[in-house]
Amino acid sequence: MADIATPPNTGLTAADGTAGLGARSPSALSPLTGRYGGGPGVTLSPLGPRVRISLRAGEPQLGAIEDALGLELPMRPKGVAQAGSLAALWLGPDEWLLIDESGEDAPTDTGAALMQRLSSLEDQTFSAVNVSNRNVGFAVDGRAAEAVLMAGCPQDLRLASFPTGTASRTVVGKAEIVLWRRTETRFEVECWRSFADYLWTFMSEAARAPAV
Amino acid sequence: MTSFRIKGQGRLRDGRRIAFSFDGNRYHGVEGDTLASALLANGVHLTGRSFKYHRPRGILGAGSEEPNALVEIRRDDARRQPNIRATMQPLYDGLVAESQNRWPSLAFDIGSVNDLAARLLPAGFYYKTFMWPKSFWHKVYEPRIRAAAGLGRAPEEADPDRYANRFEHVDVLVVGGGPAGLAAALTAAENGAGVLLCEESASFGGWLKAESRAMIDGIAAIDWAEQTVARLRAMPNVRLMPRTTAFGYYAQNMVALAEQVTDHLAAPDVTLPRERLWQVRASRVILATGSIERPMVFPDNDRPGIMLAGAGRTYLNHYGVKPGGRVCVFTAHDAAYEAAIDLKRAGVEVPAIIDTREDPGAVARTARAAGIEVLTGYEVFSVRGHKRIRGFRVREICTGHDQRGFDCDALLMSAGFTPSVHLFSQSRGKVVFDPALQAYVPGESAQDCVSVGASAGCFDLAETLASAAAAGRQAAGTDAGEVTRPAVAGTAGWNGGMVGATPAAGPGKFVKAFVDFQNDVTAKDIRLAVAEGFRSIEHIKRFTTNGMATDQGKTSNIHGLGIAADTLQRPMPEVGLTTFRAPFTPVTFGTIAGFAKGELFDPTRRTAIHDSAAAEGAVFEDVGNWKRAWYFPRGRSMHEAVRQECRTVREKGGLFDASTLGKIEVVGPDAAKFLDLIYATPLASLAVGRARYALMLNEAGFIIDDGIVARVGDNRYHVTTTTGGAPRVLNMMEDYRQTEFPELKVWLTSVTEQWAVIAVQGPQARATIAPFIEGADLADEALPHMSVVECRFLGVPCRLFRVSFTGEAGYEVNVPADYGRAVWDALREHGRGLGVEPYGTETMHVLRAEKGYIIVGQETDGTVTPGDAGLSWAVSKKKADFVGKRGLERPDLNAPGRKQLVGLKPKNPLTVLEEGAQIVADPNQSVPMTMIGHVTSSYMSDALGRSFAMALVRDGRALKGSTLYVPMQDQTIAVEVTDPVFFDPEGERLHG
Repeated sequence: MADIATPPNTGLTAADGTAGLGARSPSALSPLTGRYGGGPGVTLSPLGPRVRISLRAGEPQLGAIEDALGLELPMRPKGVAQAGSLAALWLGPDEWLLIDESGEDAPTDTGAALMQRLSSLEDQTFSAVNVSNRNVGFAVDGRAAEAVLMAGCPQDLRLASFPTGTASRTVVGKAEIVLWRRTETRFEVECWRSFADYLWTFMSEAARAPAV
Repeated sequence: MTSFRIKGQGRLRDGRRIAFSFDGNRYHGVEGDTLASALLANGVHLTGRSFKYHRPRGILGAGSEEPNALVEIRRDDARRQPNIRATMQPLYDGLVAESQNRWPSLAFDIGSVNDLAARLLPAGFYYKTFMWPKSFWHKVYEPRIRAAAGLGRAPEEADPDRYANRFEHVDVLVVGGGPAGLAAALTAAENGAGVLLCEESASFGGWLKAESRAMIDGIAAIDWAEQTVARLRAMPNVRLMPRTTAFGYYAQNMVALAEQVTDHLAAPDVTLPRERLWQVRASRVILATGSIERPMVFPDNDRPGIMLAGAGRTYLNHYGVKPGGRVCVFTAHDAAYEAAIDLKRAGVEVPAIIDTREDPGAVARTARAAGIEVLTGYEVFSVRGHKRIRGFRVREICTGHDQRGFDCDALLMSAGFTPSVHLFSQSRGKVVFDPALQAYVPGESAQDCVSVGASAGCFDLAETLASAAAAGRQAAGTDAGEVTRPAVAGTAGWNGGMVGATPAAGPGKFVKAFVDFQNDVTAKDIRLAVAEGFRSIEHIKRFTTNGMATDQGKTSNIHGLGIAADTLQRPMPEVGLTTFRAPFTPVTFGTIAGFAKGELFDPTRRTAIHDSAAAEGAVFEDVGNWKRAWYFPRGRSMHEAVRQECRTVREKGGLFDASTLGKIEVVGPDAAKFLDLIYATPLASLAVGRARYALMLNEAGFIIDDGIVARVGDNRYHVTTTTGGAPRVLNMMEDYRQTEFPELKVWLTSVTEQWAVIAVQGPQARATIAPFIEGADLADEALPHMSVVECRFLGVPCRLFRVSFTGEAGYEVNVPADYGRAVWDALREHGRGLGVEPYGTETMHVLRAEKGYIIVGQETDGTVTPGDAGLSWAVSKKKADFVGKRGLERPDLNAPGRKQLVGLKPKNPLTVLEEGAQIVADPNQSVPMTMIGHVTSSYMSDALGRSFAMALVRDGRALKGSTLYVPMQDQTIAVEVTDPVFFDPEGERLHG
């Protein structure tokens, strides 16, 4: 690997000799931190930090990648594969969103361990990009969850068409999301961070009168 | 005041008393009333003035076809809803309604002089009348016509209400909650389908509400309807939606519904949506939209008190309200007889039924047996009364003799029924003419939909119930099975009907016999259109405006067609049929907008650092959907603030939130090859750890984006794009990757939002960041201008770029966005001691312009080549191919005469040119002048102590040192042409 080195998180020596400032542990801030919302039959709650990696790969590399991840990548639309805390959501014919909630990374380095595992593969004919901070997640939970999402999402979310444990890249209002149905009444929404406020406001508005 | 509500009559007997007002008068109605039924119960027929002639108008119908009784419903100044059909507005406590289109009052309306001047205002009059003098159209005629025209007044305040949207997917959508819709919904649901049944009025039952004696399987028809609704309501796979109008039928069985959520409530919860748009995608659609009764077209048929027979019957049998104390009937159809008989039984005086038919058969005998005089082969040829009918005169049609007069205070009429094929036609299904019915009925479907009941031309209740039940079963995917006809008794006869005008309103008769009540179109107007030479119904419609009002001709289209056909002496189908368009009934803008208002109109994108800049009082500007800190006023004018920010950056240093820059991670073994093809700049030779300014061209060779391409690994590049260009550039790259270079092993991932980016620029830049850096050597040799290193910043992983868009030595600190705020705050705090301050986009623009750096979209407009912009150095001469290479070779892009980027110095150093201003060589030439260029960027510079500008000027580089002119409205500004790099042309400051 000829990548420019990612230095270890130790050995504090600032270039100009001043020490100390770099040692502070800064606090993370997500756009939805501290929010809580909902309406009749539905709650909205932000999801904590978690690993998100955008994985792009062709057929020949899948075996090695699957070995490294310890799961079989889903190959069908809406497919999700899970192994332990790691999940792979099918987003396109050569595209998956990996989500991991193991918490094995230091908070500042969310995604580092999984990236490391993938970058150690011999054949690097694929793309893994850490997007843990690009995305923000929140849960839509309750018997009105489906109705609230259908206020802005044109996709067929009926249980028969979008069963528990499926996921899909779709839209709510004017924002793109990845939607993952965790149970019959609980959905997780992943969006780009600057759209989180819009989506939260949209969902909150929809939650006023969900028309279950 | 006399009450027209009959004790013990109708189905609102247990209803609570409700107070309301109309035109300031207080009245009482009953819970379950519509505004129309409540007004009629109080003897009020006069509800408005007509559009053109300001004739007094009353309630014509009982449903959504109502053309006359349009009122304004007012809750407060902002909540004034014009053009509400009184027949569709549920009554609530304290409802305030006002009549429209009258001044000063409904009873005395100045505009009614138009009625007297009617001979001067024939159809199409304004196409001819206001032609001279020509100049009068804009200033005199049009404003006055506009002031006089229109129905209702739009509210002037912003709409304070909430609106909602809902997407729905359903197996079977049933439109219409009458007998056909209920029967179809029931069998569809019983056979396992998910069913959505929508009904525009507040209650289900459709025309069964008008029936008095109809029985279905041994129970009263309306009870059957109520029982069916109860059964449907108990089923988990059924959604019943009253007060919900299916108004549009689009491709792939997408049907739009407008649901009234709170409009029927006395005190709506303002936190709830008023209306909700449903966009329903249905596997199958069952249209049970019923039919619309036609009025009789006879002289003065629009007098208040004259209403449709079916409506009169509905008011009597459902609402318990009689339309008058002495009611006559004028008909060409059996159904109206039932109204007369019901009224008679309810104790209302019914002196006569006038039937245009010679021999209506059994219905006439029944009516006579009930004690009602029936005149067959007669017509009404004149009406007494102005604001309310007081009587009418009849005569025998074939002889014109035996004229007789009747007194009455209400006249019910029926010319038969028109199947409601609006939605079917919108679905692109073909309608066919049924000669027996004299109506258009659904033919072949273009989508997966079926019409049942009256909308399919079936007016027999037993047949309707049987065929609807079969349609429901089929829609659920079950065999239609044995069609069992339910036992039905006591329904009205269903023979007769006429299309067109009665003889009294026939050819050569100069009477006002209204066809289109809402647009004031008479039978005579339609004949005039034919006389003017119009042959197609589409032209006749537009000339007369027949069917072009908000009711879209629900009661008038077929009559208009009939009169036109009669005049043209051609069969109706040959005259054509006008198009049915969405919406079926008017839909508010709020419903269409849904959530998309206020902060939800469009996403507002804020960076991780936004709140910090806001806390420092930054003024923000919109860049795409982003909010970017524009400048930091701190009590100063914008000009002063920007001047100070510029000086601070050049003398000490500045912090700039650059997070909105588009960022794409390009990864894969062929990443270098791909970037070399996409960008005009040579990139494959870029070493790991180095960055390069790169130009992106389109196929024609014009600049479409620029940015920094940094190689962070053998197979990994970090590419930046312009803020506004980010989505477009990624899409274009992805397009080329998939379609032009599919063999390349490379993938693109947007990381715009992964990284918060802080530009630290100026002499103190290094000192500002140094204390926070771990694992990177900031020395010039180790990290020179245009390089990148991965390190840690404040303990957080960082991609540190040594780049500059200011001309100063500078860095761009990329950290994971969650830590953007913490890193900014740390830099801000530490920078303060060094005199380093935040700056905004305006300062960024000034500083980069001083250096002659372009902004794509400001210096370029899609027609600027790298050569034009002075950027030929950024285009590879060696690469075999890249996007735009062939385009650049076109001779015209290399010929003299192209506009080139230059600098301009106004002769007066205090004059700041206007961006976009045109440039000429000779200010004394005659107009139109020869424009040789335009100003692209213009600012006052603190560093230069004067104003300056960038411009695109024809062959501009050869004009350096010469004087050009910028003619403005009030002065002509002399400018000197210069090099576009104004500040530090040697670039010494970049290297610290």
